[in-house]
Amino acid sequence: MARIRICVVAAVLLAATVALAVAGVMSIQVRTGKLRTRPSFLGQVTASVGYGDRVTVLDEKSGWIQVRTGNGQTGWIHNSALTEKKVVLNAGQGDVATGASGSELALAGKGFNDEVEAEFRSENPDLDYTWVDRMETFRLTPEQARRFLATGKIASPGGE
Amino acid sequence: MTRHEFGRGVLCALALSALIGCGTVTKIGTQIGQGSGVITEQQATSINKTGAALEKTFADITPEQEYYIGRAVAATILETYPPLDDPAANDYLNELGQTLAMASDRPETFGGYHFLLLDSDQINAFAAPGGLILVCKGLVSCCRNEDELAAVLAHEIGHVQDKDGLKAIKKSRLTSALTTIGVEAGRNLGSAKVKDLTEQFAGGIQDIIHTLVTSGYARGQEYQADAVSVEILGRVGYHTGAMVSMLEEMNRRWDPHGPGFARTHPSPRDRIEHVAPVAGPAADRQSRPATRDRFAAAMSGI
Repeated sequence: MARIRICVVAAVLLAATVALAVAGVMSIQVRTGKLRTRPSFLGQVTASVGYGDRVTVLDEKSGWIQVRTGNGQTGWIHNSALTEKKVVLNAGQGDVATGASGSELALAGKGFNDEVEAEFRSENPDLDYTWVDRMETFRLTPEQARRFLATGKIASPGGE
Repeated sequence: MTRHEFGRGVLCALALSALIGCGTVTKIGTQIGQGSGVITEQQATSINKTGAALEKTFADITPEQEYYIGRAVAATILETYPPLDDPAANDYLNELGQTLAMASDRPETFGGYHFLLLDSDQINAFAAPGGLILVCKGLVSCCRNEDELAAVLAHEIGHVQDKDGLKAIKKSRLTSALTTIGVEAGRNLGSAKVKDLTEQFAGGIQDIIHTLVTSGYARGQEYQADAVSVEILGRVGYHTGAMVSMLEEMNRRWDPHGPGFARTHPSPRDRIEHVAPVAGPAADRQSRPATRDRFAAAMSGI
């Protein structure tokens, strides 16, 4: 019974530790992200972050999170670019091997990925991705967005 | 407590946790079971797998996977609806659309928001998961100014924000695919598994295409996308009433037996009834001269 009690205590402690870690550290879940000086896309960019980067949460304001990177850079990023899950870029190592659950981990590059897309395309040779690739090159910077709004004299109630 | 009794207790706890779909409880339960030697590691893995399988929903699809789903959906739509190769119009569409997306509740997706015109006179548009938004020129022609076009694009952004496309994937398919991914995650997928996953992937794409092209979303999802659109318009500074005036124009062109939105959307009249309380009265068409020229220039080729 003593052994069982130790196991239960260990399991509870483990769960508590995981919960604490999740609250303060988040991962980037988009391909590329930017940290900004203030909680707005119109803020100056302070740093770039990549898929799977871990950041420490410092503050939160209306959908934006102020974070610090591993290099000590700080800035604001929208919460839709972040996940509480740990993004594992090299599945098969570390946490994955020890069996951490899917609710704690997001496995980068696993599942529906470029490999599955390649297989899907080889099975559907008539499918043409030319314009899909091309439309992904249509990119607008926040500065272009600001100019677009300014020349159109579009003014939001919040002034941005 | 004998080992046998304890074993029964662990199994009861596992059954209960599987029923309520609580993965953490399942995991701790199997850890305890393994620690006490009641169940083997293999059994524990199998039970964890079952517990995890119960929890899969569209929300378990990572943004990265959503991105690949969206690309396949867009490529499939483009098989039937050719793109409109009009750089000026597409640039303008992206300036407007991406500006609006920045004001949504989900401005960041894995690959970002991108917009493309389709060379079709149908009153129709398709939001592929992850933010690839395809708009028929027939729908654009229902818009008489930038505010109304903004209402159309923000409605499609609403579907991406709410992950309506992903919700169209059959639940059984999703559970099966995501369980395969979870179980196989520890090592590289073999070619048989890639084929298996690709089959699930292709099925998921079909589910989404069927909903986008043939059956349509639930009416509630459309009303919600209209509400999101009005919210975005207000945040950016466009006239929220442009949603109502656009729907009024759509209503004038509406053929209830026609293709496109007539098949997949509630009638414009129903939509106006639902959105008017938040959007306010129809916007004045002539109220924003600063955008008139660029709107006209971009639309000149359509």
